[in-house]
Amino acid sequence: MEIQILFAAILFLIGLVGFLVRRNIIFMLLSIEIMLNSAALVFVIAGSHWMQADGQVMFIFILTVSAAEVSVGLALILQMYHHFKTLDADALKKLRDKQEVEKT
Amino acid sequence: MNTLFFIAAAIAIISSVLAISNRNAIHALLYLIISLLSISIVFYILGAPLIAALEVIVYAGAIMVLFIFVVMMLNMGMEEETEKKWLTPRMWILPSVLAAVLLVIFLYLLQAFRNEKTGVEAINPKQVGISLFTTYLIAVEIAGVLLLAGIVGAYHLGKQRKKVIHRFMVKNPSGRKV
Repeated sequence: MEIQILFAAILFLIGLVGFLVRRNIIFMLLSIEIMLNSAALVFVIAGSHWMQADGQVMFIFILTVSAAEVSVGLALILQMYHHFKTLDADALKKLRDKQEVEKT
Repeated sequence: MNTLFFIAAAIAIISSVLAISNRNAIHALLYLIISLLSISIVFYILGAPLIAALEVIVYAGAIMVLFIFVVMMLNMGMEEETEKKWLTPRMWILPSVLAAVLLVIFLYLLQAFRNEKTGVEAINPKQVGISLFTTYLIAVEIAGVLLLAGIVGAYHLGKQRKKVIHRFMVKNPSGRKV
């Protein structure tokens, strides 16, 4: 049980590091997928440990949420590419204060 | 059973690290698919066959196809030369080896579950379905509403606005017929 949860934690960590390190927005979305998947893995591990079906039910809900999130996120990425012609997440700075941009 | 779990977990970790550290988006997606397949094997070992099937069908099948379509639509920095580089078999060796190891584990598991040799008690899909449609019925309906919102949002956001205005429309920006 502990070793399986450790495995899920390592997967979550990989996803988190990928989200923080990469600037390409497709890779950031992909890292979010890894993190969601590892969180769902913990549910299934707990469900199999206590022999309850609830963990697998929660996995199905997480699957639904991640499918909706990916479809909307990819549509946003397409819009971003059409407006800015780049996939760099740092290009989206228009909402920041101008003074702050000059300072940094 | 434990050694199989460790092998599948190691493949999942290796392919996830390769997925987030790869520069090429298509290669990263390939490694991510391998990672999802190995997590599906882990689900099978844990005694959740329904979830293992759903992981392959929905994650590795549907969601990854969405990703690949978007990467192809964006045409991410690929020129003729990079395309030539993709076709070298060297790029495909490591994913193929990882997938082959997973296939061997999966065939062994199928054999083991058929002969009831494993110490794992599986939660069969019937229990999951009963729990899903009695205890969690309201959550299923909310999930349906969420998917509807996802469809509408993706359609609205993904719509391309016309950049070239028709010459008859210029005088009449509202677009109505006069």
